[in-house]
Amino acid sequence: MPSDPQAADSGSPAPTPTPADSSPQRGTLWPLLASELSVLFRRRRTAAMLATLAAVPVLIAVAVRLTRSTTPGRGPAFLDRITENGLFVVLTALVLCTPLFLPLTVGVTSGDTVAGEAGQGTLRYLLVAPAGRFRLLLVKYVGAAVFAVAATASVIVAGTVAGLLLFPVGQVPLLSGDVVSPWVAEGRILLVGAYVCVSLLGLSAIGLFISTLTDVPVGAMAATVALAIAAQVLDALPQLAWLHPWLFSHYWLGFADLLRQPIEWGSFGSNALLQLGYLAVFGAFAYGRFATKDVLS
Amino acid sequence: MSGQFAIETHTLTKQFGAQTAVNGLDLDVPTGAVFGFLGPNGSGKTTTIRMLLGLAAASSGTAAVLGRPMPRELDAVLPRVGALVEGPAFYPFLSGRDNLLRLDSADPHAPRASRKARVGQALERVGLSPAASKKVKAYSLGMKQRLGLANALLRPRELMVLDEPTNGLDPQGTREVRNLIRSLAAGGTTVFVSSHLLAEVEQICTHAAIMRAGSLVAQGTLAQLRGEGKRTATVLTPDAGAAKSVLARLGLVPDAGIDGEGVADTGFDSTVTAALPADHLVPEAIVAALVADGVRVRGFSVDTGSLEDRFVALTGEGFDVAQ
Ligand SMILES: Nc1ncnc2c1ncn2[C@@H]1O[C@H](COP(=O)(O)OP(=O)(O)OP(=O)(O)O)[C@@H](O)[C@H]1O
Ligand SMILES: [Mg+2]
Repeated sequence: MPSDPQAADSGSPAPTPTPADSSPQRGTLWPLLASELSVLFRRRRTAAMLATLAAVPVLIAVAVRLTRSTTPGRGPAFLDRITENGLFVVLTALVLCTPLFLPLTVGVTSGDTVAGEAGQGTLRYLLVAPAGRFRLLLVKYVGAAVFAVAATASVIVAGTVAGLLLFPVGQVPLLSGDVVSPWVAEGRILLVGAYVCVSLLGLSAIGLFISTLTDVPVGAMAATVALAIAAQVLDALPQLAWLHPWLFSHYWLGFADLLRQPIEWGSFGSNALLQLGYLAVFGAFAYGRFATKDVLS
Repeated sequence: MSGQFAIETHTLTKQFGAQTAVNGLDLDVPTGAVFGFLGPNGSGKTTTIRMLLGLAAASSGTAAVLGRPMPRELDAVLPRVGALVEGPAFYPFLSGRDNLLRLDSADPHAPRASRKARVGQALERVGLSPAASKKVKAYSLGMKQRLGLANALLRPRELMVLDEPTNGLDPQGTREVRNLIRSLAAGGTTVFVSSHLLAEVEQICTHAAIMRAGSLVAQGTLAQLRGEGKRTATVLTPDAGAAKSVLARLGLVPDAGIDGEGVADTGFDSTVTAALPADHLVPEAIVAALVADGVRVRGFSVDTGSLEDRFVALTGEGFDVAQ
């Protein structure tokens, strides 16, 4: 602190904020969102999760390359096609990551959104700033969704690069039997990526809601991940067939329809609708909870 | 009414389950005051501050900050308020400067163009500039406390709410916080500071309130608070017995001293003490009466109780926290 009192005095302008000073600025969401994204992506944990996701396709590609022997029909879908065409590395990796690794990282990030700030005590300072409870929740959700996109992109980019480096790339046979150029195939892969991102929107909203219930981030993360696994277990029980179309994980692996000629948009549409439904319901729950929550941490 | 009080509460109450943490609080913090908010551990200071800042909802009662009802007009009020609530809290993996940039960008009213400059000034003001680029997890307790103060100083404020601002600070830091509060007050900012360091409050505050187990037991100017406490007249004399009877004749009640008669033997001289009611005659009249009766007065003093006496009288001697 300045040791001469004059310095302290000179630093205190008369506290009469001008109207321009105290009215919200244009584009008021952006600075907070930018700061949220920078905090999120500067965390070592985020980098570690993205690196782990990127490692999945690399491991697949290296393993296939080293063994050179793939039994058709065994292992995850598309695995047996990799040696013919490197672009299948991405698809294999997405099939592997969608049920477990992606929900895991998305659960960690979305479960941490509010509970992490609360547990750390920064929530009270954000609210006193004042960030505004609705604005903060919105920014937190957008941050979690951006992470879901980054996570998916991490798999796709690493998978594409590994596939291109280790395997030949040529004309790609689609599931419908049609053969397309690698460029068209990469376009389809990006579509699949968009599908996976959309698939994670519902889970992110659930994580956000759970995150408003507690001040213990690990609890919220664990609960979110557990729900993602439970939903898939329920989806596998034929006795609960009536429930299946309502489970947020129901269409997670439905992206194969994007690999036909012509593209079948049916599952994309159903999935998007379902995810938006979850987003609306759990977004509303989250706001309902957070708007009136006593911040005592 | 608005403008007169920076903080005004009416029967403000907060219940946690069966426990009443704050009970029917009627607080009036005059605009421009440096207001000490005193109370033992667990007496409800932080809970009150949380309600004032809209972090927690009151169970009943109302609060107005800067003339506006809270939490209804929170968005209009909070940009004008700087706050330190129950200690500082930061992102440990960010530097001090980045933490302030983050919190400043959370305020939609904060001008973006001046953000960097304002953060630099706030750090400068609390003496943290040399450590601005260090990660907060490498900060000491006092450095974090300073960073918390810097956060409250990011913009010119009309009201500062500081919950135990000197917690963890070294003597220089404590002094600087006092200077800081004085300079803020000189600039017209109302300062509401919770503390249990009475000596500190006595040095900087113009007003104070004392909490006990969730209830307000006293509030007013510092002089009022001290004055409401016991005033005591003390006579130093070898003629203890005579002095006692003179005091009794004047309508005073000499305290029970060590020998049980309001007289304490201290070698040749004894001290005789008596409580002095507020409306009693001027103290010098007592001396005159004593001297007129031939009492050899070797010393005479009137002690207005210190804030500490008053605090202990109001909140009890016990060390255990109230439930
Ligand atoms: N989240 C909570 N849940 C239940 N009770 C609480 C909670 N927070 C505070 N309390 C209770 O409310 C009372 C007042 O607590 P508060 O933190 O306001 O005290 P304080 O005056 O700030 O004390 P200190 O000087 O120790 O900071 C205490 O009895 C405490 O146990
Ligand atoms: Mg406290």
